[in-house]
Amino acid sequence: MEQSHPVDIKKHVRTYIAVFVALLALTIVTVAVSYWHLPITYAVIVALIIATIKGSLVASYFMHLISERKLIYLTLIITFAFFLVLMVLPVLTVSDKIVN
Amino acid sequence: MQIPYTVATRPDTGLFNAKLGVWLFLASEVMLFGALFSSYILLRVGAPTWPHGYDLLNVPLATFNTVVLITSSITMVMAWASLMMKDFKKYRIYMGSTFLLGVVFLIVKGFEYGGKFSHGIFPSESTFYAIYFTLTGLHGLHVIGGMIVNAYFWGSGSKMWKSEPERFTNRVEVAGLYWHFVDLVWIFLFPALYLL
Repeated sequence: MEQSHPVDIKKHVRTYIAVFVALLALTIVTVAVSYWHLPITYAVIVALIIATIKGSLVASYFMHLISERKLIYLTLIITFAFFLVLMVLPVLTVSDKIVN
Repeated sequence: MQIPYTVATRPDTGLFNAKLGVWLFLASEVMLFGALFSSYILLRVGAPTWPHGYDLLNVPLATFNTVVLITSSITMVMAWASLMMKDFKKYRIYMGSTFLLGVVFLIVKGFEYGGKFSHGIFPSESTFYAIYFTLTGLHGLHVIGGMIVNAYFWGSGSKMWKSEPERFTNRVEVAGLYWHFVDLVWIFLFPALYLL
């Protein structure tokens, strides 16, 4: 983003506002869905999908990840891999249940 | 000795140093919150029963706070965009708004906590409340940390705009990266704790 010119920035601003509106809309959707009291598995899937879309919008546009340097992508890929390990750890405990 | 690569990009990384530094810090933050999320999943999956967040917590209040944080993210990015367009006055307005929205978020959070405390509900109440207070408490501390930085860049720290405008713009950009990350964490905390 370092080489951006004022004219480019004005274009960016329009994108930021569009992202903002999308984030507000998705917040309403996720809250509305929660009022349906879906079975927990479906509720988790829907909530996670919406949160992931919202998170990606913030990271891509507000944090400029859509046009970033390779080194940052590399850092984040490694981070994400370890993050996944953390998320999978509880699953491992389920598969290793002590019977009696 | 001057700090190198505050404005110019380092040839080997293609970045100014502060940006890489903040991204590495954020990577460590992902692991910090990741560990707590992992604990949350472990506790929830292992519990014989687990309450629905919406039965115990105030969803409309938390929804309002979600909107507050999202709005503070757009004002933060607009603060940076204003500097890129050399409009310092607008920068002050947007950065000031970002700070004030942080204040609003904390006040609402304070009401939520106060409501629980006044009913004698503390982290020791249940596993649900233990993880709820831990996650939202740590997130709240991050909001306070970001507000201190933002207040500095709104106030005395903004003097740099006159002497080194590009360096100041970069500082605001990386402060923004942190602020957006705090917003991003809330985007996941909100459904995980309140809506499921």
